[in-house]
Amino acid sequence: MSVQEETVWQGDVEKLRGLVSDRALSGETMVLNMGPQHPSTHGVLRLLLELDGEDIVNCIPDIGFLHTGIEKNMEAKRYEQSITMTDRMDYLNPLGNNLAYCLAMEKLIELDVPPRAQVIRVLLAELTRINSHLVWLGTHALDIGAMSVFLYCFREREKILDIFEMVSGQRMMSTYFRPGGLWRDVPEEFEPAVRDFIDYFPAKVDDYEKLLSNNPIWLDRTQGIGFISAEDAIALGCTGPTLRGSGVNWDIRKALPYSGYEQFDFEVPLGVHGDVYDRYIIRIEEMRQSLRIVEQAIDNLPGGLFRSNNRKYVPPPRAELGHSMEAVIHHFKLWTEGFRPPKGEVYVRVESPRGELGCFLASDGSPRPWRVRFRTPSFVHLSALPHMAKGHLIADLVGIIGSVDIVLGDCDR
Amino acid sequence: MGVTPKLGELGVVTTRLEDAVNWARTRAMWPMLFGLACCAIEMMSTQASNYDMSRFGMELMRPSPRQSDLMIVAGRVTRKMAPVLRQLYDQMPEPKWVLSMGDCASCGGVFNNYAIVQGVDEIVPVDVYVAGCPPRPEQLIHGIITLHERIKQERIADWA
Repeated sequence: MSVQEETVWQGDVEKLRGLVSDRALSGETMVLNMGPQHPSTHGVLRLLLELDGEDIVNCIPDIGFLHTGIEKNMEAKRYEQSITMTDRMDYLNPLGNNLAYCLAMEKLIELDVPPRAQVIRVLLAELTRINSHLVWLGTHALDIGAMSVFLYCFREREKILDIFEMVSGQRMMSTYFRPGGLWRDVPEEFEPAVRDFIDYFPAKVDDYEKLLSNNPIWLDRTQGIGFISAEDAIALGCTGPTLRGSGVNWDIRKALPYSGYEQFDFEVPLGVHGDVYDRYIIRIEEMRQSLRIVEQAIDNLPGGLFRSNNRKYVPPPRAELGHSMEAVIHHFKLWTEGFRPPKGEVYVRVESPRGELGCFLASDGSPRPWRVRFRTPSFVHLSALPHMAKGHLIADLVGIIGSVDIVLGDCDR
Repeated sequence: MGVTPKLGELGVVTTRLEDAVNWARTRAMWPMLFGLACCAIEMMSTQASNYDMSRFGMELMRPSPRQSDLMIVAGRVTRKMAPVLRQLYDQMPEPKWVLSMGDCASCGGVFNNYAIVQGVDEIVPVDVYVAGCPPRPEQLIHGIITLHERIKQERIADWA
């Protein structure tokens, strides 16, 4: 290293004072940059690692490489227009984000949701959870070195995407939930397609378990890695599988039911050790439980309206426009100006595949929200990542990042 | 592609040099494993079992820019990410191509705001744009085939 390069290097470390330990300043430990272009950081996450040999002394996440300004953009749009934005936040859980935002809007304007719409919402939200866990399992296994699981997971995922496309016309960013219900009713082919999936999927989950759960390499790479205790997980604000992996029984669907989750019978899988392996087992089991919810939902799908009839907030169906002057007026008002919710603030939370997804809406009475804020699980879990990573080898960091299931779109928004 | 078999007994084919080179370039084009946002998930779907990009000799995605020929910009490029993207492009060896996947990478998409670069062509030269938010895997494959067709048209005079 030439003298000049050495001075540049020293300057960089000087900037890191307070983030890394003093040993890094003296050159005793090495500071290494991981990402934002790295196959195992699940997007554009940059990690600054302080290493003692191969052991991680410090891990400092640098986020914002995918900051999209979604919350700010939503302030400039009418309430209903912003639903499309929420899909693109946590892009593995688009319908769950729709659900959180729609529930917040409905709470703000006290809008009723017909039972049929509620059940279809739960059904699709659970399919989205399976979808998200499949992508997680595929990429997590790929990171640790099991290539074939990725191919199997994506094969099953296509079947779920076909169902989404059937109901909404889009594979991923479906924007299917609207305030007061759904965009349109599900087509006739929906029920047979969901039943096919219910018959098809359980054997596939067993296959994944056969490939991984008792695989000695998988066990070596996951057991005892990335430990977080229940107290620490609560203190750091972890939710979802990351919290339940440490044995804390906290699932928003059970604790604070929304959208009719109290009618469904399902279990919340809990871990014991709080390591990467337990979080993996929980997500596998969650896929089975989600499928149980889907099955109950399709068996007890009520008939009736798919969207509320409150014309102040929900546009009238096209057929009404031909013969009702009032419908034309409502249609015109809603599509030119939007609705005006009362002044107030609401906070709504749902259980996303990653944890608690909260939506805060502040209204000043105008057709545009005064402030929108999302409390996203990935952002919170990233602050727990250094806690889990410290003391482990650099190769294990890849598994730990995978096990907390970070989506950078969810984190940076 | 202009390969003319001579009399079968000889076991020899003749072709033009540019055709042979273009054939090699299109049949083993290594894309860079470079996911940014939502489109990266569809790019993964394109790689996976149902769509299987290995049919086009592209199953091998390289995380290192030094080993890749094609940069698929999959997702929205933020102002913070833009210098990184440019550096990765500069690190790729020639010949190199860029495919802008999705509306955000092509023109900013729905995000016309302070954070998003309004089209990745502001930073790197783009060969093929693929529309959609996100594009279906079929659309991405169509974009890639369009790029392959373009590369097959390249002539020695353009290589320099």
